[in-house]
Order: sequence, then C-alpha cells, then structure tokens
Amino acid sequence: MSRNDIHPMDKLIRADRMPHIWCSGCGLGTNFSCFLSALDQSGLDTDKCVIVSGIGCTGRIPGYTNIDSYHTTHGRAIPFATGLKLANPELTVTVFSGDGDLFAIGGNHFIHAARRNVDINIICVNNFNYGMTGGQYGPTTPLDAITTTSPYGNYEHPFNLVHVAAGSGAVFVARWTSLHVRRLTKSIKEALLKKGFTFIEIISPCPTSYGRRNKLGDGLEEMKYYQKNSVISHGIDPKDTDLDLNGKIVVGKFIDIDKPTFLDKQPDLLSMAEKNKK
Amino acid sequence: MQFVLLWTTGMDYWRKPLDIDRYKIPHGTIHIIKDRCKGCNFCIEFCSNKVLEVSDEFNAKGYHPPQVKDPAGCVACKLCELICPEFAIYVTEDKQETIPKEDPHEN
Ligand SMILES: Cc1ncc(C[n+]2csc(CCOP(=O)(O)OP(=O)(O)O)c2C)c(N)n1
Ligand code: SF4
Ligand code: SF4
Ligand code: SF4
Ligand SMILES: [Mg+2]
Repeated sequence: MSRNDIHPMDKLIRADRMPHIWCSGCGLGTNFSCFLSALDQSGLDTDKCVIVSGIGCTGRIPGYTNIDSYHTTHGRAIPFATGLKLANPELTVTVFSGDGDLFAIGGNHFIHAARRNVDINIICVNNFNYGMTGGQYGPTTPLDAITTTSPYGNYEHPFNLVHVAAGSGAVFVARWTSLHVRRLTKSIKEALLKKGFTFIEIISPCPTSYGRRNKLGDGLEEMKYYQKNSVISHGIDPKDTDLDLNGKIVVGKFIDIDKPTFLDKQPDLLSMAEKNKK
Repeated sequence: MQFVLLWTTGMDYWRKPLDIDRYKIPHGTIHIIKDRCKGCNFCIEFCSNKVLEVSDEFNAKGYHPPQVKDPAGCVACKLCELICPEFAIYVTEDKQETIPKEDPHEN
C-alpha cells in the first residue's frame, strides 16, 4: 500500500476487513465514519471506550472498529453494555445498533436502562425495517410502507423513537439523518462526554431492503430526500416529531438535562451497608 | 448596492467580504483509494464546490470511483471524507504561506 492509501480513520478501523459488507448507498458506513470522527475529536482515551451491538446490518459496526467491541445476541446489547459499565465504571460504553434490535426484541431493555439512567450511550440506526433479514416490517416502519411482510402496506403504528427515549428518561436525545454528517458528529461527541443515558437516532438509507420497495430510489436519492425534507428544530417537544413515509423529518437536539445516574448513589449505599454489618 | 464577483476558488460571492484580504481560503489535495469505493456518489453530489465527478474507470469491484474535476476548487472542508461510507476518499490541507496578522475585532 502506498502512503496515499492510508486513510486518516484507518487508525480506528480494522482496515484489513475493508470493504465492509454494507451495500452501495447504505448509510451505515457514513454513520460509522461520523462516530469515529466524534470519538477522535472527543479526546477520550480509546483504550477506555467500548462499543456494543446486537444483531443486524447495524450490528456489524463493532466488528469493524479497532477499539474494544462486543457483537452480542439479538436485542441484548443494552444488558451487556450495562454489565460492562457497572463492572468497570471508568469505561465509556456506546451501544450502536438497529431499530429492530433495540426497539423490537430489545425494547424492554431500552426503556428500563433509560429509566434507571444507566450511564451509557445509545446510537440507533433507524432504517425503518429489518435490513439484514430481507426487509421485514418492524416497530419503526411507517404506516402504509411496503415491506416483505407488509406487501399491501404496513398497518401497525410505529414508535417515534425520540419520544420513547425522552418519555423513558434519557438525559440527552437527538435525531439526525446520515446526511447531517457534521451535526451528527457533534451530537455523538456531546453524548460521549455526557453523563447518563443518551440517545441519538440516525435516519439512514437502506436502499436494498427498504428503499427499493417503497420507490425511494437508491441511497443517493434517499440522501437528497433528507436534504430537501429535514427541518432542524432544536428543543422541540419530541412528541411533535413523528415520522411518516414521505413527510418532513424533524431533526435536532431535543433533550439535554442532568440527573443522578444509576451508579451515583452506590458509594453511599455501600457505606451504609458496611455500617450495618458491624 | 454594488455586487462584486470574486473568482478565487471557483466560488461566487454575492458581495465581497470586507476582510477578505486578511484571510486565505484553505486549499486541499484529494486522495482517492479507488479499490475501496462502492460508487454511491455521495462525495460527488454533496461537495458544495462540485470538485469531483464520476470517472469512466472501473475499480476491482466494478464500480466507477470519483475523479477530481476541479483541483483548484477544493477548500479542504473534508465533507467528502466524512460522508464517504467506505473510507475511500480523504483530503489533506495544503500549507499556506500567509497567516492573518491582526484581527480587527480584537480590541
Ligand atoms: C433471537 C433472534 N431472533 C431473530 C434473529 C434474526 N434477525 C437477525 S437481524 C434481525 C433484525 C435486524 O433489524 P435491525 O436491528 O433494524 O438491523 P438492520 O439490519 O436494519 O440494521 C433479526 C430479526 C436473530 N438473529 N436472533
Ligand atoms: S440491507 Fe440495507 S441496511 Fe443492510 S447493508 Fe444493505 S442497505 Fe444497508
Ligand atoms: S474537501 Fe470539501 S471542497 Fe474538497 S473535494 Fe471534499 S467536499 Fe469538496
Ligand atoms: S463517497 Fe466514497 S464510496 Fe461513495 S463514490 Fe465517493 S469515494 Fe466512492
Ligand atoms: Mg433496521
């Protein structure tokens, strides 16, 4: 390889595993690139950062990083991440996983980790379907969207993920699309440095499994759609940010508050328990 | 109102910024790792200076990697580097001879 072939991010990726498996026009590589830039800019010691995922196309992300990473079972990224954080509180733990993984099979883990304000960061790539298994509908699929399991249009009401996160107690909630590379990078950096349960949703093109069936064009067309239809509204109430098949996409940072984390009370409780023993 | 058109790096200004002579517009050199490219065209479409274009060339996977159409136009903003899903393009900022000496807003 000539010097010309060494990309600045090669220090944080497993360059020998490139090209990755993601389709041409998929947003995942871009989302991953923004995460790595945010990590690089955060000034955190990468030896103390961990990335965890469940299963899915998004779930492949940890396998491509050079930092410590865990590719866990479907839906269980958050319990693994919680365990890591509790056993070793000095780690910065980030879960990077798909909408199906985090909100269908893993939905209960999500709401309770948010409620407890476990000090972990969640980045959810929302491509509105189960990309990896061939494009089934899931908990984020918009009404009327065509998927392999809803050939006449989806009639289940979707979750609004940022609303679920805010309602469950997350201290930091933001949404961007794969096109908003700079703002997304900035939000990820903020989340990495913030204490408590943070949530970032990335609206991301999946041309192969979702875009094609809904006549959204290729990945580039989907990115142009984000460019035309995204509305930045920082601080807006997450309940007013519902998404639909062809409508506007409200993006921005919606919540940024502080409250005690799951671990904050532990030292006091431990010393009380110690005293009781005597 | 007077409109002054500046032709420096292929960018049009609707008016000349008052302190333009104090600042140097950065310039970048683009590096393309052709065999990593999957031809999504994100870099070509979203470069605001339209510096890149699709090439006729095929890479090992059969995609057409981008090529530089307007090397003088690159301002080293590195948007292409950040948006590329394949880590296939990056930009190094060229060294500039002049650095602005004083900032008029300082006092
Ligand atoms: C216990 C279990 N059930 C089902 C599956 C099959 N499965 C693999 S990935 C996936 C869904 C992935 O969807 P999402 O999390 O949205 O990721 P994407 O591929 O869209 O990035 C499912 C249902 C599995 N691997 N394990
Ligand atoms: S199936 Fe969809 S999410 Fe999976 S790699 Fe292809 S475009 Fe990306
Ligand atoms: S660095 Fe900016 S100006 Fe230069 S090619 Fe990339 S996107 Fe265009
Ligand atoms: S963004 Fe990357 S993968 Fe897409 S066309 Fe440009 S160099 Fe190729
Ligand atoms: Mg998905």
